[in-house]
Amino acid sequence: MDVLEALRDTFQIAKKDLTEFVRDRAQLISFIIMPIFMMVMMGYIFPSQNSLKNTPLGVINADKGTVAQNLVNSLKKMKLPDTDNKIFKIKTYGSVDQAKEGIKGQDINGAVVFPSDFSDKITKGEQTNVTLVTDQSNPQVSSLMTNMFTQVVGEMSSATGQKKVEALLTKLPVQKQAPGKAVLNINAKAIVKPFVLKTQGVVSGKPNYFQFMAPGIMGMVVIMAVMMGLAGSIAREKEMGTLDGILAAPIRRFSIIFGKTLSQTVRGLTQGVLVLSLAILLFGVKINGNPLLVVMMLILGIFSFVGLGILVSAAVSEQETAMIILMTLTFPMFFLSGTFFPIQQMPAFMQAISRILPMTYMVEALRKVVVLGATWPAIQTDVIVLFVFGLVTLIIAIPAFNRVITR
Amino acid sequence: MKNGAIIEVSGLTKKFKDFTAVDSISFDVKKGEIFGLLGPNGAGKSTTIRMLTTLTRPTGGEAKVCGYDIGSEAPKVRQHIGLVAEKIILYDRLTAIENLRLFGKLQHWTTEAIEKRADELLKLVSMDEWKDRLAGTYSTGMKQRVNIARALLNEPDVLFLDEPTLGLDPQTTRTIREFILDLKKRGITIVLTTHIMNEAEMLCDRVGIIDQGKIVALDTTDNLKKIISKEEGKVLELAVANLKNEMVEGIEKLEHVMSVSHLSATEIRIHAGHESIDEIVDVVRKHDGKILNIGAIEPTLEDVFLHLTGREMRDEASEKIKTPHSGPGSHFRAHSTSRTR
Ligand SMILES: Nc1ncnc2c1ncn2[C@@H]1O[C@H](COP(=O)(O)OP(=O)(O)O)[C@@H](O)[C@H]1O
Ligand SMILES: [Mg+2]
Repeated sequence: MDVLEALRDTFQIAKKDLTEFVRDRAQLISFIIMPIFMMVMMGYIFPSQNSLKNTPLGVINADKGTVAQNLVNSLKKMKLPDTDNKIFKIKTYGSVDQAKEGIKGQDINGAVVFPSDFSDKITKGEQTNVTLVTDQSNPQVSSLMTNMFTQVVGEMSSATGQKKVEALLTKLPVQKQAPGKAVLNINAKAIVKPFVLKTQGVVSGKPNYFQFMAPGIMGMVVIMAVMMGLAGSIAREKEMGTLDGILAAPIRRFSIIFGKTLSQTVRGLTQGVLVLSLAILLFGVKINGNPLLVVMMLILGIFSFVGLGILVSAAVSEQETAMIILMTLTFPMFFLSGTFFPIQQMPAFMQAISRILPMTYMVEALRKVVVLGATWPAIQTDVIVLFVFGLVTLIIAIPAFNRVITR
Repeated sequence: MKNGAIIEVSGLTKKFKDFTAVDSISFDVKKGEIFGLLGPNGAGKSTTIRMLTTLTRPTGGEAKVCGYDIGSEAPKVRQHIGLVAEKIILYDRLTAIENLRLFGKLQHWTTEAIEKRADELLKLVSMDEWKDRLAGTYSTGMKQRVNIARALLNEPDVLFLDEPTLGLDPQTTRTIREFILDLKKRGITIVLTTHIMNEAEMLCDRVGIIDQGKIVALDTTDNLKKIISKEEGKVLELAVANLKNEMVEGIEKLEHVMSVSHLSATEIRIHAGHESIDEIVDVVRKHDGKILNIGAIEPTLEDVFLHLTGREMRDEASEKIKTPHSGPGSHFRAHSTSRTR
């Protein structure tokens, strides 16, 4: 009976908060715009292969022969996999210095240089080189281009090599025991490239940076929404004086906290789902695991942060202070928890910090479920860590809140 | 509850760090009366109300409201009281009726009971016509009416009103005051705070004058005023066409003059023994003052406050600055401009 009453009070408070929220047009708009903005921004900050289409590329062709020209022609024709989009838009420059000016002026994103003796050396059977001038001001594009070129030049170089070996093989003296074609058992391709690398993922499909980031961003948006919402809404009611109204009502203090948590959870989850839908629709992110498990992980993530949010709202009385504290608290956390970059890229001490942040476990679990299609056994540890963290902070936060609120 | 006291306060103290906002106050409130706490800004009125309504934990002393201890039986206290706090407790994005429904639900009433009671109350405060408009669109006066209706939802035994007419226009102020007297007739005990002396005189059966966290006098308004006449004092109003500082200082120095305060650029108010009129006139004449008028007036609660504390009832911050104020029955200076919410 008592429990039922407390639950009803909780529900009333949550309902009130949500009613206020949907009637606040400004808040509602930013609630919808923010995740869209976030996703689109992230989508462009971290370009995929696709964003390389029609990349302006400078060519400095000093080659006296025709080999380089042939190479340039095939560069012009290169298309992105599975599309009709050309990769490069070729611009010709007279000298390396001109090309460098072109990069500085952002006319091109890089340049290839073929030396004057390029054809000559290839015909003579000597080794030669191709230089790629990169744009260091755009590390993302420049590294993608370097990768692509390593591949392209590698392919072309081995094709040339293969032809040469084939030519060599036909010149070999024919052995008696194996007349005729026996010698051709020696495959030119196998000599030039004795083995090739094949990749295979845990799930089908190519790895993509967005797929990596989407679960983290979703987690981040949800946690931000709930923490900011919780602290903000308590601080606002303190400032407005309405908190006194519910504090003077004959209800339990934790009904107030839980009511606020419930309303913010509904808000946060809605936003999380919005982010996920955008990721799926706009950026081709695929949920490989059970979507219900995703939602469950989000709820658990919220649970693990509620205590922290309550502590902050208990500690401060102004809305702005609450926001500032949460910002300084959450922002480093998002970076340290591997939302944007894999934890493995961080220095050891940062990795150690990230191991004690609940956000890390939330992002990790979400990523496992979304990207790798993981099920319960794989995320067990994350779930336990999040649950324990949430429980402990709540046990500290609720009495602290009760004390502070009647200060 | 002893001898009809519905609120018993003894030694109640509240400290914020080193600062004592409420300094060991004790008083009783009788069932059915309107009890006023009158004092300047920062005197500790709101803090006292917050402690009695269980919103703030006292650092010392104790109090019982409706027979329940405000510390150990806080939930019981909350069931029996209504609160009109310093700030209006209404959600701007809910309508009047939605606000009342919410607070009714938090009282654990049935839906039918809430609807019935809310309708009654909105009619009582003449707000039923606007009950489906968002509270944010109301004027301060309309908000305060709904706010009072909200405080009455649980049929409280004691209604606490913390400066209920602050920032309201004169018309609404009058309505609210009449309404408070009405509530008394319905048998509700009322504790109200104010810094407006005629509000205290008009509404309260008994007034506690509070200053710097202490209750310096507590009685009916009539008895409080007698404090002054008992000591054979008179309150004089003096108007001098060319009032100068030297005159005021000269008057202050007179043996039988207890206090002097400015009313306007040409008028001062003097609390003094009756026999001092001659001396006062002499001082003014000595400085070539042109007396326009002099006469004894009925003492007000402000004179009482001035007499008791030696200070005018106004903002602590402006204590040292003498600025003319607007005459008897006015707001205290610090509050003469209405506060915006
Ligand atoms: N939460 C608080 N923290 C610190 N000081 C406070 C707090 N609340 C009130 N005070 C101080 O206590 C004194 C009394 O305040 P208050 O009770 O609001 O006075 P009143 O209502 O009579 O104007 C003031 O000086 C005020 O600054
Ligand atoms: Mg006050």
